[in-house]
Amino acid sequence: MDKIVTAVIKKYGGDETRLMDILIDIQDELGCLSHETTAHIAKALGIPQVDVEQTISFYHFFAREPRGKFTVYLNDSVVAEFCGRAAVQAAFEAAAGCQFGAVSRDGVIGLFHTACIGMSDQEPAALINGQVFTKLTPARAQELVAGMRAGQTLEELKGKKYGDGENANPRVRALVENHIRRRGVMVFDAYQPGAALRKVVTMSSGEIIAMVKAASVRGRGGAGFPTGMKWEFARKAPGDVKYIFCNADEGEPGTFKDRVILTEHPQLVFEGMAIAGYAVGARHGILYVRNEYRYLRAYLEHVLAEMREKTLLGAIIAGKAGFHFDIKLQFGAGAYVCGEESALIESAEGKRGEPRDRPPFPVEKGYLQKPTVVNNVETLCSVVKVLLHGAEWYNRLGTEESKGTKVLSVSGDCERPGIYEVAWGFSVNDILKMAGAHATQAVQVGGPSGSCIGPAEFGRVLAYEDLATGGSLIIIGQQRDLLKDVVLNFTKFFRDESCGSCVPCRALTGMAQIVVERIIAGHGSAQDVANLQAWAAIRKRNRCGLGQTALNPIVTTIRNFRPLYDARLYKGDERFEPGFDLAAAVKDYEAAVASA
Amino acid sequence: MAKKIIATTSLAGCFGCHMSILDIDERILDLIELVEFNKSPIDDIKTFTKECDIGIIEGGCCNDENVHTLLEFRKHCKTLVVIGECAMMGGLPSMRNTIPLKECLDEAYLNGPTVADCNPQKIIPNDPDIPKILNRVYPCHEIVKIDVFLPGCPPRADLIWDALVALVTGAELKLPYTTFKFD
Ligand SMILES: Cc1cc2nc3c(=O)[nH]c(=O)nc-3n(C[C@H](O)[C@H](O)[C@H](O)COP(=O)(O)O)c2cc1C
Ligand code: SF4
Ligand code: SF4
Repeated sequence: MDKIVTAVIKKYGGDETRLMDILIDIQDELGCLSHETTAHIAKALGIPQVDVEQTISFYHFFAREPRGKFTVYLNDSVVAEFCGRAAVQAAFEAAAGCQFGAVSRDGVIGLFHTACIGMSDQEPAALINGQVFTKLTPARAQELVAGMRAGQTLEELKGKKYGDGENANPRVRALVENHIRRRGVMVFDAYQPGAALRKVVTMSSGEIIAMVKAASVRGRGGAGFPTGMKWEFARKAPGDVKYIFCNADEGEPGTFKDRVILTEHPQLVFEGMAIAGYAVGARHGILYVRNEYRYLRAYLEHVLAEMREKTLLGAIIAGKAGFHFDIKLQFGAGAYVCGEESALIESAEGKRGEPRDRPPFPVEKGYLQKPTVVNNVETLCSVVKVLLHGAEWYNRLGTEESKGTKVLSVSGDCERPGIYEVAWGFSVNDILKMAGAHATQAVQVGGPSGSCIGPAEFGRVLAYEDLATGGSLIIIGQQRDLLKDVVLNFTKFFRDESCGSCVPCRALTGMAQIVVERIIAGHGSAQDVANLQAWAAIRKRNRCGLGQTALNPIVTTIRNFRPLYDARLYKGDERFEPGFDLAAAVKDYEAAVASA
Repeated sequence: MAKKIIATTSLAGCFGCHMSILDIDERILDLIELVEFNKSPIDDIKTFTKECDIGIIEGGCCNDENVHTLLEFRKHCKTLVVIGECAMMGGLPSMRNTIPLKECLDEAYLNGPTVADCNPQKIIPNDPDIPKILNRVYPCHEIVKIDVFLPGCPPRADLIWDALVALVTGAELKLPYTTFKFD
């Protein structure tokens, strides 16, 4: 263990801000990060052991104890449940001989839950030792467990039926499918690699920013912040060292577009980062990728190496003296909140992914306290096309306030889940038709942090001026129990993912879960529903978007599906809590007395 | 105006909250002018003899007797007020909630260093007359509907006083920040 720790730390120059990389690599070698290992790491880095412990304890892919020779992380998102996850879980448990949350007695198989892994169009899906297994069935689960016990390798377990497009690239070899159902001009059409960069070097940084502003490109990560303005702030911020981050954390359940973009057009994203670097005056780029997509690592590294060879990255890019820019990959370790830009930066610095207080904003003081731009994967793709084709071309697409296209991740109860790149301004109905959805009860727009709408609102259009969205649409059929299958699942998700810094976020997510469970059990009162609405009013006091939106699944369904709540309310004497069962509450005592 | 009738009880609490009621000092004389006490340890009336306007509960529920008392209070009191951390959240007694009841009982009666030698028959008290311990300690609102919550451990006498005056007179409760700022 000593040797491995020392070697890994040496690889990262003993730099404590690389703690995430260090922990990921050491866990790869040792299987887990025990307290003993942690003590070594702390000593070798010359930092207090608690600093290492607190980072480890934040991320759910970091293990304190061995999690089995094969570690299965089965996704427990809403869509996975729609697709029959419960039966797959049961099959895994029966075959492995252990419950979820534990390791089989022979130490071969560990079974764990995990939040959405970005495969909502091919659920139920699981990560097994970092590789993705999609469209699982109980039979397949049995087969996998048998293979693990028989000593098969991960590659043997996967088989050879790789997915489409670059998923079959020898450096990827993933079972994942792209499911690109509709290609738009911004992201998913053909483009000539390097053309944008060669054009950019003939322009000044001011001209580039002016063009991005003229096109009114808005961030695709959810908040819709004007990209040109963000770049300008960072360019004007004092300091020589600046950073460009690309946010590929993509943790919002039901979202998987960035995965497909990184699979099919990584160079487009990297060129976008380089252009941002040129415009802002930054030499360093970091692509922060969620751990769930680590199967893309070798491939992405290879694309970067090729770009360096063609001098599209590195020094004197595209022949332009003084244009230096390079990109490194940074992986997360399982935490939705790390998609929030300041948490992302904290995480990249090797710390717990807790959002920072703002101001100062990242454009003033970001990564290592230097001016930093954080942009979504899709935003950076749009910028490349704007520079190639001009602001006017871009402005021809979309609506008044939302220009260009949006890549949508469509999943749930429909015939054609997958990726749809459409101009802004399409209605929900249009999308439902394209995806082949029938008998739709509700659509969750923008993931759990967005809103859940009913048929009365399916005529609304996707655009910042109407239904803003980070790009996920989960289609919920009439056969679903909206409260139990959807609202409760989302509420638990937020409870699990809250970083815990703010009381209203930490406590209310837990309390809301209890109340929703009570209502589902038929024990809730009208007062409970009123309380949920009242509590939601204080969410704005939370520090980041997670806490500010955590009650949205509840609030928007109370607003749009009130009868579903009313039908379940307790009709008896409300002075007494019907959920309390005295006979059950004294059972443990009676058993203890009887056995003594 | 007829006097309002008040009942109080201590469930799984330490009586600290009742001490805090007494801590209103000489204002207790004013209180007696405003209200009449029914079932309460303050006057030692053991059972309800009248329907009450206000019931005050200290402590959560750790055994079945607590539950029965709480249900009685809910039946007989128009407005139910919980005072203190124990009644609101379970408080100190609920620290056992993370440990299975069997382990707690074994430690307390069979294996603990102070009992190991003096309980040769290995009996966990089981007389039908003693209350049955619940699997965990429950805050009151998980068993009956609670109308008013007064936080603190114990809540300050001033808060209790202000709340009682407000409830009795129907005036609005003033809640200066200092009465519930604890650090
Ligand atoms: C809890 C939370 C999770 C987020 N997750 C992501 C994410 O996965 N990807 C992303 O691009 N933005 C995410 N964001 C938004 C980012 O904070 C940030 O606004 C965005 O990356 C900026 O890029 P853009 O201007 O290009 O949209 C998240 C925000 C919050 C509050
Ligand atoms: S709102 Fe929630 S997730 Fe965001 S900083 Fe506060 S506690 Fe953390
Ligand atoms: S809240 Fe505090 S004072 Fe009141 S009963 Fe509980 S421990 Fe005692």
